[in-house]
Amino acid sequence: MKLIRRLSALALPLALSGCDLVVMSPSGDIAMQQRDLIIISVVLMLLIIVPVMCLTLYFAWHYRRSNTTAKYDPEWHHSTRLEVVIWSAPLAIIIALGAVTWISTHKLDPYRPLDRIDASRPITAETKPITIEVVALDWKWLFLYPEQGIATINEIAAPIDTPIEFKITGTTVMNSFYIPALAGQIYAMPGMQTKLHAVMNKEGVYDGFSANYSGDGFSGMKFKFHGMNNDGFNAWVAQVKANGTMLNRDTFLKLERPSTRVPVTYYANVENGLYNAILNMCVQPGQMCQDEMMHIDMMGGAGVDSHENRERLEYDTRWSVEAGPGATHPATGHGAKQGTEAEGVNNAPAAGSEAGEGQGTAPAQLNTNPKP
Amino acid sequence: MSAPHTASADKPTFYLTEEHHPENSTMLGFWIYLMSDCLMFAVLFATYAVLGRSYAAGPSPADLFDLNLVAINTAMLLFSSITYGFAMLRMEKGDKAGTLKWLAITGVFGLAFLGIELYEFHHLIHEGATPQRSAFLSAFFTLVGTHGLHVTFGCIWLVTLMVQVSKHGLIEANRRRLMCLSMFWHFLDVVWIGVFSLVYLIGVIG
Amino acid sequence: MFTNSNLMEFIFGRLSWSSLAFTHDPIILMTFIAVVLGGGAVVGAVTYFRLWGYLWKEWFTSVDHKKIGIMYVVLSLIMLLRGFADAVMMRTQQAVAFGANEGYLPPHHYDQIFTAHGVIMIFFFAMPLVTGIMNYVVPLQIGARDVSFPFLNNFSFWMTAAGAVVIMLSLFVGEFARTGWLAYPPLSGADYSPGVGVDYYIWGLQVAGVGTTLSGINLIATIVKMRAPGMTMMKMPIFTWTSLCTNVLIVASFPILTATLVLLTLDRYVGTNFFTNDLGGNPMMYVNLIWIWGHPEVYILILPAFGIFSEVVSTYSGKRLFGYASMVYATVVITILSYLVWLHHFFTMGSGASVNAFFGITTMIISIPTGAKIFNWLFTMYRGRIRYEVPMYWTVGFMVTFVIGGMTGVMLAVPPADFVLHNSLFLIAHFHNVIIGGVVFGLLAGINFWFPKAFGYKLDPFWGKMSFWFWLIGFYFAFMPLYVLGLMGVTRRVNHFDDSSLQIWFVIAAFGAFLIALGIASFIIQLVVSFLKRDQLRDLTGDPWDGRTLEWATSSPPPEYNFAFTPVVHDHDSWYDMKKRGYVRPLEGFKPIHMPKNTGTGVILSGLSVALAFGLIWYMWWLAALSFIGILVVSIAHTFNYKRDYYIPVETVVATENARTKQLAEQA
Repeated sequence: MKLIRRLSALALPLALSGCDLVVMSPSGDIAMQQRDLIIISVVLMLLIIVPVMCLTLYFAWHYRRSNTTAKYDPEWHHSTRLEVVIWSAPLAIIIALGAVTWISTHKLDPYRPLDRIDASRPITAETKPITIEVVALDWKWLFLYPEQGIATINEIAAPIDTPIEFKITGTTVMNSFYIPALAGQIYAMPGMQTKLHAVMNKEGVYDGFSANYSGDGFSGMKFKFHGMNNDGFNAWVAQVKANGTMLNRDTFLKLERPSTRVPVTYYANVENGLYNAILNMCVQPGQMCQDEMMHIDMMGGAGVDSHENRERLEYDTRWSVEAGPGATHPATGHGAKQGTEAEGVNNAPAAGSEAGEGQGTAPAQLNTNPKP
Repeated sequence: MSAPHTASADKPTFYLTEEHHPENSTMLGFWIYLMSDCLMFAVLFATYAVLGRSYAAGPSPADLFDLNLVAINTAMLLFSSITYGFAMLRMEKGDKAGTLKWLAITGVFGLAFLGIELYEFHHLIHEGATPQRSAFLSAFFTLVGTHGLHVTFGCIWLVTLMVQVSKHGLIEANRRRLMCLSMFWHFLDVVWIGVFSLVYLIGVIG
Repeated sequence: MFTNSNLMEFIFGRLSWSSLAFTHDPIILMTFIAVVLGGGAVVGAVTYFRLWGYLWKEWFTSVDHKKIGIMYVVLSLIMLLRGFADAVMMRTQQAVAFGANEGYLPPHHYDQIFTAHGVIMIFFFAMPLVTGIMNYVVPLQIGARDVSFPFLNNFSFWMTAAGAVVIMLSLFVGEFARTGWLAYPPLSGADYSPGVGVDYYIWGLQVAGVGTTLSGINLIATIVKMRAPGMTMMKMPIFTWTSLCTNVLIVASFPILTATLVLLTLDRYVGTNFFTNDLGGNPMMYVNLIWIWGHPEVYILILPAFGIFSEVVSTYSGKRLFGYASMVYATVVITILSYLVWLHHFFTMGSGASVNAFFGITTMIISIPTGAKIFNWLFTMYRGRIRYEVPMYWTVGFMVTFVIGGMTGVMLAVPPADFVLHNSLFLIAHFHNVIIGGVVFGLLAGINFWFPKAFGYKLDPFWGKMSFWFWLIGFYFAFMPLYVLGLMGVTRRVNHFDDSSLQIWFVIAAFGAFLIALGIASFIIQLVVSFLKRDQLRDLTGDPWDGRTLEWATSSPPPEYNFAFTPVVHDHDSWYDMKKRGYVRPLEGFKPIHMPKNTGTGVILSGLSVALAFGLIWYMWWLAALSFIGILVVSIAHTFNYKRDYYIPVETVVATENARTKQLAEQA
C-alpha cells in the first residue's frame, strides 16, 4: 500500500499538474481504494506494454529495408521458446491481476457494509452509520433521510467519517448514481433497489450526477454532495427542517413529472412509507405495490378472473394520457417527457385541489390521441 | 474433390487441369442457418425462463393451459414429421406421385397444428389472458407464436415445393430443396418438443 | 365511411408535413439542400454519361463477389462521412457549451446525433467495410471462383444498403432515436420514447441484420467448402482464418440481436411487457441480451483487422508470419471467450461480487491471446526486411496505439475500478482507442493493401502517408484529452457543462477531430489523385507487393472467374511457395468455366424491404402489408428460376488469358 501511495504521488503530478483529477485524488475511502486499483493495474500492465512499445519501434526502425546490415532471415517463423514466453508473460500478469480483481471485487462490493473508515481506522461497535435513500427522477435527484425525517432535491449532505448506506431506486428510466470523490457509481433503476456503502473522509462540497444517459434533461441532472463535520451536519438538518415543506404522496406525484435543472429544494417532513411506495411503484392511489404483486406471483398468480389487477399495475403509461400528439416530430421530441418545470418543486405546499390528476387507473386507450 | 497432381517433390503441380467442382455447400449453409434460427429460439426460451413466473398478479400456466389440447397439437406436428419422412423415402425411390401425396398429408397436419394453435390463442385472449396482460404471457405468446410463424412459412414453402416438384419432377435442385425443407420441418419439431415440455408440461405440472 | 382525416391517417399513418425535419431546423435544412444538390449532381452525371444500364447490369445485379465487395466498401465510405459529420458536431458542441453558452445543439438534437454516430459507425461503416473486404479477398485467398451462394451475397449487400437507407431517411423524415446506440429500455420503450426515432433504429438494424447474418452464413460455407485442393485448415491464410472466426461470430450473435430487437418491437407495437417497468417486465434482461450480441460484435470488427495486419506485416517484412499456429489458436480462443465477457459492460448494475469478478477475470483472459498476437507481429518484423509502404505505416501505428487501448481495457475490466470509470469519457476514449487504433487502422491498411488487386493500380503513397499521419496524430489529440476528462469524473452523452476548467480539454479534442477530418480528406484526395495518376501507378504483374497468398497469383483486377485453373496448394503462403518453386503460368488447355448468372431479385427485395420498414415506422399499415406480400411473392417467384448459371465460353477465357500473357511479356 505504501508503494502505491508513493507511486501515485509520483504519477499524479507527472500525469497532469493543475487539473482536478477527482478520480485519481478522491476524498472518500472507497474511491481511494478504487483509485489504488487503477494504479496497480496500470503498473502491472506497463510491465509488459512498455517493452512491447519499445520493441515495436526498435524492430520497425532496425529492420527497415535500407538497413542492409540487419540480419534478414525470411524462413525464420517459429521458436518454441519464444512462443512459451509470449504466452506465459501475459498469462503471469493476468494471474496477478486476476487475483487482485477477485479479492478487491469482493472487498469493494458496494452491497457490503464497510469495515473501516479509512486505512487506519476500523469500524467499531459505536460507529453509527447513516442511511440515505436516493430516488432518480426525471431529471433530478430526490434524497430521503429516514433517520432525520427530511428530504432534499439535488443536494445531499453527510457527516464525514461516518459510514453511509445508500438505498437507490428510480421512477422511470435507468440512471446511475455517482459521486466521484466519494465512491464508484451504481445504477438507479425503477422498481428495484441497489445499494452503495461509502464514507467521506474530508469536508468539502463535491459534484454528483447521473452517469447513465436518461433522456432530454440528462445533462442537467446534477447535485452537490456536502461532506460536513457532525455539528455542520446537524445544523444542515435543522436548516432543512426550518425551511422545508411537507413531502407527501401528492407532492411527490407532481414532483416526479419531468423537469430540468430543478433548484435545490428542502422538505421538512416526509410522509410515512413514501420511499417504499416509490420503490414499489405504488405512490399513486389505487396502484398495487410490486411487493404485493410478487407475493401473489409467488403463490401462483391470481387466476383468470383478475383483470382489475392489470389496471392497478400499469405504471409506465401513467403520463401518456395527457401527452400531446405523441407520434410526430417535433411533438415526439418531447412527448410524454416534455421538459417543463414540474409543479410542486419550488416549495409549493401540497395542493390538494389538483390531487386528482393522473389517477391510479390509467385508461386503456393509450396513445390514441388525434394526429395533427 | 479431385486429387492434386503431385508430379515430383521439388516441382509439384500448382494447378488443376480439370475443372474443379467443390462439394455443394447448400446443406452446410442451410444447417448453419438452422443453427442461427436455433439461437433466436434460445433467446426466446431464455426470456421465457426469466419471465415465465412474472404473472403480474394474473393467471398462471396452471390456470390457462389445456394439456389435452396441447397433446393433440403435439401429435399433429409429430405426425407431420413422420409423414414428411415418408415423402422423403418416396423421393429416394424416385416416386413423384408418392412424394407429392405424402407432402400433401404433411401440409394437412401442419395446417391442423396451426388451426389448433390459433384456437388456443383465441381462447386465451377471449379469457383476458392477452400478450399485454403480463410478462409471462408476453413471453409465452412470443415463443409459441414465433414457432407458429415458422410452421406457417414452412407450409407456404411446402406448397411452393409441391408446385415445383409437380412441374419439374424430382430433379437434383428439387431434391436438394426437399432435403432443406425436411431439415427445417424436423427442426421445428424439435423446438416444439422444447416448448411442450418447458412451457406446457412444467407450467402445468411443475 | 371514412372521414377525410381518417382517410389521411389511413394513408399516411403518423406521417405529416411537420414530420419533415428540415421544415423547422436550419442545420437539417442545409444538410438536406446539400444532399439534394449532391445527389442530384450524381444522378445527373450518371444519366448524362448514360451509365444507368452499365451500373444495373455490371454492378447492381452482379453476383460477382469482387463487385459486391467493392459496393460494400463504397457504401461504408459514404456512411463514414455521415457518421463523422455527427462526430464533428458533437465535438463542436462540447467544445463550446460551457456556462451561459448552451451551444448550438439542444438536447433534442444532440441526443439524436450521438445515437446516430454510434449506430452508423458500427453498423453501417465498420460492418460493411469489414464484410466488403472479406467478400473481396476471401474467395481469392482460398482459390475459389466465387462464394458458395452468389445470389445470397448480392441479396445480403442490398439488405445492408436498405438498412442504411432507412437510417438515412430518419435524418430528413421524422427523427432518429434519442436513446444511445444500444437503445436501453425503458427509455427506448413506447412510453418514454413515443416517437418514430426508436422505430427507425429498430427497422434499420433489422433490415441490415438480415443481410449481415446471411453474408455470415455464406462466407462460412465458402471457407469450409470452397477451398482450393491442398489447402487444409492449417494452411489457410491468416486473414481467411480471422474471417472464418468473424463469420462464426456473426452467425452466432446476430440472431440474438434480431430476437432482442423483436422483443423491443413487440413492446413498442403490441404493448407486451418484456422490458417495461410494470406488469412483470424486466429491462435488465434487455441489457444482458443486447450485450451478449454486443461484445462478440466488437470481435467481429477487430478479428478481420488482426487478419489484415498479419498479412501486411508478413508481406512487407518479406517473411513468413511468426507463430502461424499460435496466431490461429489465439484467434479461436478470442472467438470463444468473446461470449463469456458480456457482463463487463454493466458491472454497475449491482450483480453480486462473484459474478462481477468472474466476468472481470474472463475479460482479462482475452488479453492473453491478444497479447500473443501482438508479439507474433513483433517477431514477424524481427529479422525481416521491412518495406515501408502505406499499409505498413498503418500497422506500426496500430501496434503502438492499440496496446494503450488494451491497457485501458484491462483497467476497465477490474470491477471496482470500473465503478469509477464506467460511462465516463475514459470509457469513450478506450473504445475509440481500440476501434480507431485497431479496426479503422486495419481497414485502411487493408484498403491500401488490396486496392491494386481490385483496380490494377496502386494508391498514391504520398496522400496515403498524409492520411496516416493526420489520422494518427488526430487520434491522439482527439482521445487522450478524453482519458483525462474521464479521470476528472466527466461522464458521456452530456451536452452542456458548468465547469469551464474542462473546456480546454474539449477544445483540444475538437482540434483532434479536425485533424482526423484532414485525414479523411487526404484519403479521398488519395483516391482521386491515384485515379488521375493511374497510368503511372499501374501494376500489370498482379503482384505489386511481392505477395504471399493466392490473391496475388491472378491478374489485377482479376477476371470474373478469378483463376483460369484452380490452384493447388502445398504450403501456407502458397503464392510465395509457388514463386519459390518455379511456378509457370499455364498458357493453354483452357476450358469453359461454370459461373452464376446475375439477377435483379436482390435489388427488388431490398427496395420492398425499405418500403416495409417505412410503412411500419410510420404506421402506414397498407404499405407494410403490400410490401410484405411483395417480398413473399418475389422470393417465391425467384425460386421458380432454375437457370441460374452459365458457362463462360472457352474462347473468352483464352482471349482474356492471352491478353494477360501479352501484357506480362510487354512488361518483361
